[in-house]
Amino acid sequence: MNEVKSLEVKELNKEIELNVNEEKHSLSVAPNHTLLSVLRNQLGLTGTKYGCGTGECGSCTVLVDSKPIPSCLILAVAVEGKRIVTIEGLSQNGNLHPIQEEFVKSMAIQCGYCTPGFVLITKALLDQNPNPTNEEIKQYIKGNICRCTGYVTIVKAINAATERLKKPKRQRYDSGI
Amino acid sequence: MGSRTLSEFEYLKPRSIDEAISLLLKYGDKAKALAGGSDLFIDIKLHGFRPEYLVDITGITELKGIIFNGKELRIGAATLLSEIADSQLIRDKYVTLFESVAEIATTQVRNIATIGGNICNASPAADTVPPLIVLEAKAEIAGQSGVRAVLLEEFFTGSGQTVLQAGDILTVISIPAPAQHRGTSFIRINRAASDLATLNVAVALQTDNSTCQEVKIALGAVAPTPIRAKKAEAILKKEEVNQDTIAEAARAITEEISPITDVRSTADYRKDVAAVITKKALLKAYERSKKS
Repeated sequence: MNEVKSLEVKELNKEIELNVNEEKHSLSVAPNHTLLSVLRNQLGLTGTKYGCGTGECGSCTVLVDSKPIPSCLILAVAVEGKRIVTIEGLSQNGNLHPIQEEFVKSMAIQCGYCTPGFVLITKALLDQNPNPTNEEIKQYIKGNICRCTGYVTIVKAINAATERLKKPKRQRYDSGI
Repeated sequence: MGSRTLSEFEYLKPRSIDEAISLLLKYGDKAKALAGGSDLFIDIKLHGFRPEYLVDITGITELKGIIFNGKELRIGAATLLSEIADSQLIRDKYVTLFESVAEIATTQVRNIATIGGNICNASPAADTVPPLIVLEAKAEIAGQSGVRAVLLEEFFTGSGQTVLQAGDILTVISIPAPAQHRGTSFIRINRAASDLATLNVAVALQTDNSTCQEVKIALGAVAPTPIRAKKAEAILKKEEVNQDTIAEAARAITEEISPITDVRSTADYRKDVAAVITKKALLKAYERSKKS
C-alpha cells in the first residue's frame, strides 16, 4: 500500500513561480524537467538551445542570478526564486543589446545555433570583468562550442563589445591643480 | 530516452543536515543526494541510473561557504567550485587547490558543481581530490550516529565508491593551516576543456634551504582511486631537492601506478606522462616553496 501511495505522490507536479527576464510565471512543473525544457516547452522561449545535454557545449547557457549556468543540467524546480535571464531578455524595446549588435557587426554568426549561449557568456564575462584580455576571454568561453562560424570572429565580437560597453572614465579632481 | 530527458523522480529539498539524513535513511537505496548535478544528471541521462528520490542538499546553509578559523580552512561540501576559484585565500595559500578548480570543466559547470559533489562522485579522475590529499584534508561526515572525520586519502574505497554509509552526508572539507616554506602545485592533462582529466597530479613540498622536509605527491586517473606516490616521496624526503632527485622521484612514479587503457588514453601513455607531469609539478612546487 505504501508503495502505491508513494508512486501517486511522484506523479504530482510542483507548483512553482519562475522569474524569467523580469517576468514572473506561475507554472506546474514536473520535478524531473530541466530548466532548459521548461523554458522551451512551457514558456515558449526557444532562443535557448539544446546542444549536447551534458554541459559541454554551452548552447543552453542562461544566467541565473547573473551567473552563466548550463540549463540542461539544472532542474526547473531548483531555481525557484532566482533571477533567470535568457537571450530573449537582453534586447530592450525591440533594440538589440550592444553585445548582440557587435556579434552581428563582426559577423560572429553563421548558423546561429551557438550564438545565444555565446552572447550570454559574454554578458556574464563583461559584467564581472569589464576589460578582459584575449586570454581571459578564451578561458571564460571554453565551455561554448561553435562548429561553423569559428572562434576568431567571436573573440573579435567580444573585444568590440568590451570597447563599446566600457564606462567613460571617471574624472579625477586632483587637489592642487 | 536519449540524453534530452531525465527519468522520473521525486525532488526533495531539505533545509537542514538532520532533515537530509532522515530523508536519505527513509528512502535508502532509492534515494540519492543531489549536490549540483553535473555528474549525477549525466549518470541519469546516459548511464541508466534511476534514483526515485533526489535529495537536493544545496539549499542547506550550513553546507555552504569558506571559512578560515586560524587553525584550519573549512569548506562546506555544497560550496560551488566557482566560489572556491574566487577565494583569494585559496589562491594565495592553497595554490594546488586553486589551480585544480580554476580551470576545471567549464565556466558554466563551475557555477553549479560543488566540491562535495566532485568528491562523492568518486571518479578516479576527480580534479579536486589530489590537491586535497596533499593538503592533508579531512572529510567531515554527518550520519545517523553523529559526526566523524576521515582523512580524504582514506575516503575512497574504489572507483565510484566511498566510505559513506546509508544516510551519511559529507558536510565539510577541513584543511590544516598552510605550513611555512611550503610550495604546492597541480597539473592536469586533458583532451578538451570540458573533458575529464586523462591524468592529474598534485604536489605539496616543504623545504628548508634546499632540503626537502616534507613532501606529498598524489595522482588521479592512474588507479581505481586517487593515490599517494609514496615511493617517489621517500626518494625526496630529507634529501636535497635538485634536478637529479626530482628526476629520480618522477621515474619512481612509473613503477608505482597501474593505469588502465580507456577512451582517453592508453596505459603506456599515462605511465610516461605521469612521470613528466610529476617532474614539472615538483619543480613548480619547489620554486614556490622558496618564495613562501
